[in-house]
Amino acid sequence: MRSIRNRLIAIVFLLGISVALLLPRNVTQRVADAQGRMKDTTVRHVPINLGLDLQGGIHLALEVDQSKGPVPDCAGAIQRAQRVVRTRVDEFGTTEPVVQIVGQCRLVVELAGEKDPGRAKQIVQRTAFLEFRITDMRNQFRDALPAVDRALRVAGVKAPSGAQVSAVSQLFGDTAKKGADTSKKKSGTPAPDTSESNAPGALSSLLFTGGLPGEFLVPEEQVSRAESLLARPEVTAALPRGLDLRWGTEAQSRGARMYRALYIVEDKPIITGEELTRANARRDPQNNHSEVVFDLTRRGSRKFCDETGRHVHDYMAIILDNRVQGQPPIINDQICGTGQIDLQSKPLTEAQDLALVLQAGALPVPLSIVEERTIGPTLGADSIRDGIKAGIVGVALVIVIMVGYYRLSGGLAVASLGLYVLMTLAGLSLFGFTLTLPGLAGMVLSVGIAVDANVLIFERIREELQHGKTVRLAIDEGFTHAMSAIVDSNVSTVLTAAILYLVGTGPVQGFAITLIIGIVASMITAIFVVRTFYLIWLRRRPDMQTLSV
Amino acid sequence: MIRLFAHANYDFIKWRHYAYALTALIIIPGLILLAIKGLNYSIEFTGGTFIQIETRHPIQTAELRADLDAAGIHGTEIQSFGSDTSYSIRARLGENVTSPGGDAEETSAAVGRALDAKIGHDNYVIAKHEAVGPKVGKELQGKALLAIFFSFFVTLAYLAYRFEWRFGLAAVLATFHDILTTIAFIRYMNLEVSLVVVGAVLTMVGYSLNDTIIIFDRVRENLRKYRRTNLYEILNLSINETLPRSILTHGTTMAATVALVIFGGEVIRPFSLVMTFAIFTGTFSSIYIAAPVLLLIEKRWPGQDARGARAFVPREAQATAVPTSLSAPAPTGGSGGSRSKAAV
Repeated sequence: MRSIRNRLIAIVFLLGISVALLLPRNVTQRVADAQGRMKDTTVRHVPINLGLDLQGGIHLALEVDQSKGPVPDCAGAIQRAQRVVRTRVDEFGTTEPVVQIVGQCRLVVELAGEKDPGRAKQIVQRTAFLEFRITDMRNQFRDALPAVDRALRVAGVKAPSGAQVSAVSQLFGDTAKKGADTSKKKSGTPAPDTSESNAPGALSSLLFTGGLPGEFLVPEEQVSRAESLLARPEVTAALPRGLDLRWGTEAQSRGARMYRALYIVEDKPIITGEELTRANARRDPQNNHSEVVFDLTRRGSRKFCDETGRHVHDYMAIILDNRVQGQPPIINDQICGTGQIDLQSKPLTEAQDLALVLQAGALPVPLSIVEERTIGPTLGADSIRDGIKAGIVGVALVIVIMVGYYRLSGGLAVASLGLYVLMTLAGLSLFGFTLTLPGLAGMVLSVGIAVDANVLIFERIREELQHGKTVRLAIDEGFTHAMSAIVDSNVSTVLTAAILYLVGTGPVQGFAITLIIGIVASMITAIFVVRTFYLIWLRRRPDMQTLSV
Repeated sequence: MIRLFAHANYDFIKWRHYAYALTALIIIPGLILLAIKGLNYSIEFTGGTFIQIETRHPIQTAELRADLDAAGIHGTEIQSFGSDTSYSIRARLGENVTSPGGDAEETSAAVGRALDAKIGHDNYVIAKHEAVGPKVGKELQGKALLAIFFSFFVTLAYLAYRFEWRFGLAAVLATFHDILTTIAFIRYMNLEVSLVVVGAVLTMVGYSLNDTIIIFDRVRENLRKYRRTNLYEILNLSINETLPRSILTHGTTMAATVALVIFGGEVIRPFSLVMTFAIFTGTFSSIYIAAPVLLLIEKRWPGQDARGARAFVPREAQATAVPTSLSAPAPTGGSGGSRSKAAV
């Protein structure tokens, strides 16, 4: 009795988790709007990743182009290429782009939902561009913010209600204090109408001062709004000359919220990637700091010597493909020939990543496309529809066979089959695996195979009943005796599927995963869930003489 | 209560020579055909371009071919794909396909231009487009073989661990037989061998093994239960005892694959067909290949109690011949039957 209750709790728990994993969730998606700008939109859907063959999209496999001379270290080159393509990922209109190194020297890029292969190829193959620029050390941008807000107000753009009044709000760090003082002074003197200027500024209310001059943080959800404001002609006209805006690569968390860094940098680079010859990450043995060491060409070191001499104690943004990589380091000293970027106590992996960025700029990797697939969205939708239709028909047939042959016991098996389908889908969602068309076929197939464990058990129970055993004993024996066959056959199938996963690619891997999850789920449902049903049944009718099997 | 083959008592093993003949009849012509014509590999394996278009109005494939010829693309394979508004255009590398640019990328661009010119840009959509370089294809072929080889090895190891190596070898040989028949089937049906079809073949490997193991599990159990019965009898008994399960499971799986063949759509059809065939051949080989092969292996390399060797004395001769082993003759309890349930 206790055991039945525990079993029921376990089943309800499994059911609950499966359903919870499959509830539709809000997912933020970057989509290109009518002007081709990227916008965040929120979509609500069941959290199962659909493969390219089901939702349409582009799959590209790239290799280092060796046609114009051999590239000695292709593994290193492809890592640089991966780093570069990752920074450009935002330019694609897709939720979860895949940028993955496959094997030694191949890069696979998968862009779900992307329709224009020409554009995608152009973005992926574009040569990387690395530059170093000094950040806005004199806070010219921040001083111009009131004017920008005014220009926006004239143009009729209002700040969202509830925005902070202060021109630039601070987040963390004490550099902020100084900033607040200057901004107050500035906005106080020239503003003709104080009540007007006290209203929250449309742009400045989105910006928080960061940890260093020229750095601002924008809440992740406001990034697209800030982008569109900054692109307006009134704003560009009001911005001080000689400055450019560059976004950081990825969102960083401060407290509970996510922020994206916006950097104000000088419009002229002090040096570009062409002048770099080498970059390596290492750990300084003396102070145990992670650091990146880089070498410059002769021409580059002359230039860099001059510039860094002039900019000692300034911050230098490292920009790859218009994205600022990491937090700009400070220039401690004049740098000639060989430079070091000290990342202090940050992990070595971060230094390695930065070194990869510098290398990518120094040695751009020409990529050639070795494989390209484009699947239109309608084809994917057709495939899903056909797959589901086949699934429904297949499952219906299985139900008819099982209930027709095993009667009530078959009914129990079918009930557990429902849980089986739920659990398989939940497993896909939980591990973030992708459902592909062969995967869908694999699921339909596995419904047919899933009942095998039940069939084995039922047949065994029938045999035991024939030997004249009581119902209770027959059920017990049936389960015990069928177990070795179920385990051995399923383990060998899982082994083959695992090999399929290891050796296969894309859709085939999806198929192997669905098969493995399906087998595990079918063992749980057939052995555990059906057994529980029997136990409940036996408790209700302890004197049962015949079993409907 | 419906009962199928509940008290079956067929002498399956006796028919093994006919089974060998039947399967040879499938495999040998298939392999000859394979040697002559090769397999119809998809462009994933050969490299090349595949374009699937959906047109608004039906068009003639001959017309489409003429248009492509006019655009300078020769030697492509054009087929209607499931319906009369859906077409596939396939240009394999190294098959004398000539197009203006020469490479896969250019071929697809040229096809696009030809279609634009002929049926107009708005009257068709490219539903799917693949361009695969020659290197990728080569690698894939190697990988597919590797996968099959590995799966054999791992299965052999697992079965050797769970049963003993004789069972493992018999199961693997039966599965190898299934791969041969499936390849023959793919050749007869002229199915396109894509990565997904290779996946189906590998699944078939898993399914067939699964089925063989169910029978072997029963054999293992019966060997323990009926100490004095010979292997020939044990095999027959085990196959008969698992027969209802085989019928049921193959029935449900078949229901699923047939549903896939009929409703699953054109893209997945080769996969579905191969799986449907796999269920036949998997079942057949578990009974007629795996079990007799186990018997042969036992005869050749007798196990500890030499039951296989003993078993190999034909049933008719058993009454007269002196058993080669030291134990007493098998106590066939039934009246002339091979079942020995009474012994327990």
